[in-house]
Amino acid sequence: MNRSFFARNPSVLVFIAVLALFTLAVTVTSEAVGSGALSTSFIKTLGKTLCLCLVAIAMDLIWGFAGILSLGHMAFFGLGGYMIGMWLMYARTEMIVTASMANAEIPPTDQEIVDAIGTQIFGVVGSSDFPPIWAFADSLTLQLAMVVLVPGLLALVFGWLAFRSRVTGVYLSILTQAMTLALALYLFQNDSGLRGNNGLSGLQNLPGADAIPQADISLWFFWASALALALGYLLAAWITSGKFGSVIRGIRDDEARVRFLGYSVEGYKLFVFTLTAVIAAIAGALYYPQAGIINPAEIAPIASIYLAVWVAIGGRGRLYGAVIGAAFVSLLSTWFTSGQAPSIPLGFYTIDWVDWWQVLLGISFVLVTLFAPKGIGGLVDIFTGRIPPKRHGADLGPDSGSLQEQEAEQ
Amino acid sequence: MSTLLEVSGVSVSFDGFKAINNLSFSIGNSELRAIIGPNGAGKTTFMDIVTGKTRPDEGSVRWGELSHSLLKMNESQIARAGIGRKFQRPTVFEDQSVYDNLAMALKKDRAPWSVLFFRPYPEDKARIEGLAEEIGLSEQLHRKSGELSHGQKQWLEIGMLLAQEPRLLLVDEPAAGMTLAEREHTTDLLKEAAKTRAVVVVEHDMEFVRRLECKVTVLHEGSVLAEGSLDHVTKNQDVIDVYLGR
Repeated sequence: MNRSFFARNPSVLVFIAVLALFTLAVTVTSEAVGSGALSTSFIKTLGKTLCLCLVAIAMDLIWGFAGILSLGHMAFFGLGGYMIGMWLMYARTEMIVTASMANAEIPPTDQEIVDAIGTQIFGVVGSSDFPPIWAFADSLTLQLAMVVLVPGLLALVFGWLAFRSRVTGVYLSILTQAMTLALALYLFQNDSGLRGNNGLSGLQNLPGADAIPQADISLWFFWASALALALGYLLAAWITSGKFGSVIRGIRDDEARVRFLGYSVEGYKLFVFTLTAVIAAIAGALYYPQAGIINPAEIAPIASIYLAVWVAIGGRGRLYGAVIGAAFVSLLSTWFTSGQAPSIPLGFYTIDWVDWWQVLLGISFVLVTLFAPKGIGGLVDIFTGRIPPKRHGADLGPDSGSLQEQEAEQ
Repeated sequence: MSTLLEVSGVSVSFDGFKAINNLSFSIGNSELRAIIGPNGAGKTTFMDIVTGKTRPDEGSVRWGELSHSLLKMNESQIARAGIGRKFQRPTVFEDQSVYDNLAMALKKDRAPWSVLFFRPYPEDKARIEGLAEEIGLSEQLHRKSGELSHGQKQWLEIGMLLAQEPRLLLVDEPAAGMTLAEREHTTDLLKEAAKTRAVVVVEHDMEFVRRLECKVTVLHEGSVLAEGSLDHVTKNQDVIDVYLGR
């Protein structure tokens, strides 16, 4: 039992090695430093996929390990994106405005510059004043802190209210759906201060980096996403491998029993809920500069349901399963919905995948839940030989761990 | 003998049905006590009240030398104060190894932050191995507890309770579904545990209670019907009427 962390969790090393190889392969085929076999837009897609893998790890921690089916984690992901987007928009607009006003006969005062930025950003929603939530938008450091603090605080308050009232199971899922829906509806309003349904745009243009080609920037973000995914995976593996992991899996399997062991179940749930919200927010802060635009539709309830579907298809309760699920389903989804998948003409009707992809996804979700509850990650068990024996026959004892009919006869 | 747990005048009703009716009961340090009674006598509800799962309508439950009220504490606080509970069905964490189950129960700081940074010391491992020895699961230490037999799960749960080092152990029907040999082992475990702490056993089976050789409390319709040695209560006419006579 005294072996090192990696010896006890060989899958972590395998995962890090595969991720490193993948990053290297993408780098040498990129337009920026390699052969150029992969287009810049595809590298952005891959970078975004890595961010989705990171939020899937957060989902797996809260659902697969702690057993809390949160259907609201994409709200934290979106909030992280909004927080970094505020700085990106502010700083870039500030540069454009300063440059255009520099030629004026009278040098502009600081207030005039701020007003001009306000007009530029909020003109689209018929306003020019900065709402209070933009107070820190001029500072990258403070806004980066907001990426962690705003979603973290929201999760802390929401989780505290929900868990101390002992809301569990499907009721908690509904509550988290309501949270993400309420947040999305609020942000859709023009006077919410985040440009209503226009959202924040132009996020792919880093302030002061106009001379740097997007090919380079996309590769930087890809590397940053890969690093964040690796660190997130290590953190999650470390948390789940120790006694803390034991306790949260205990909460998943029998909450009352953990309580009678003297653990404050609510405290643990709140801890995991807040931690995963912060991980989701960091993933979002890396995702949206690559996507270029964020609007309230991104935190609609359906986004969080997709997240749960990825983790379910990939295999919950194992971290690499969540990563495989998110990468596989989101890349497949890109392929189907971007019109690259060939349509199937049936003569009387043509199956157009842009319309039928969601049906396919829904059917696969149902099939995976029914016939392969371990998901894609369960295939790994076939190679490592961890297959439970087929135990035909009825249970002999009162509990499922006891011998079965045929075994007892042998 | 000083009093460890004192339940006085407790009543609780569910939808008008009085599950516990003005129940008074006390138990001292390092005492073994059996509670018997017909179905619906309020045995499990009594345990629910002591462990904080159910709040009584009236009455008081006092604990320890300082006579703290348990009614203001939640389940996990009561467990940390030193009351361990074993359920009727064996409830162990089936997805985790015997070692992990015992490690989780080991008396340690239970706050999330310190559990996160917890790494077992050699003495913790020795303690877990010692416990496994005591409950006869040394060979099974690294098996998943879901693979254990019914009796082994019961022992594992008793081992988890011992690992918690509670001052009071509440045990609900420990012998249910056990073979004769397993019952004897269980009796020995409980008697051994009662040397250093108070143990309350709720049981249906008279033979099992006889083997415990302890004071018996008979519950009926939510209150105490008789109390004393097993021979004494079995001679009591009320007890014969409501319980043994049937």
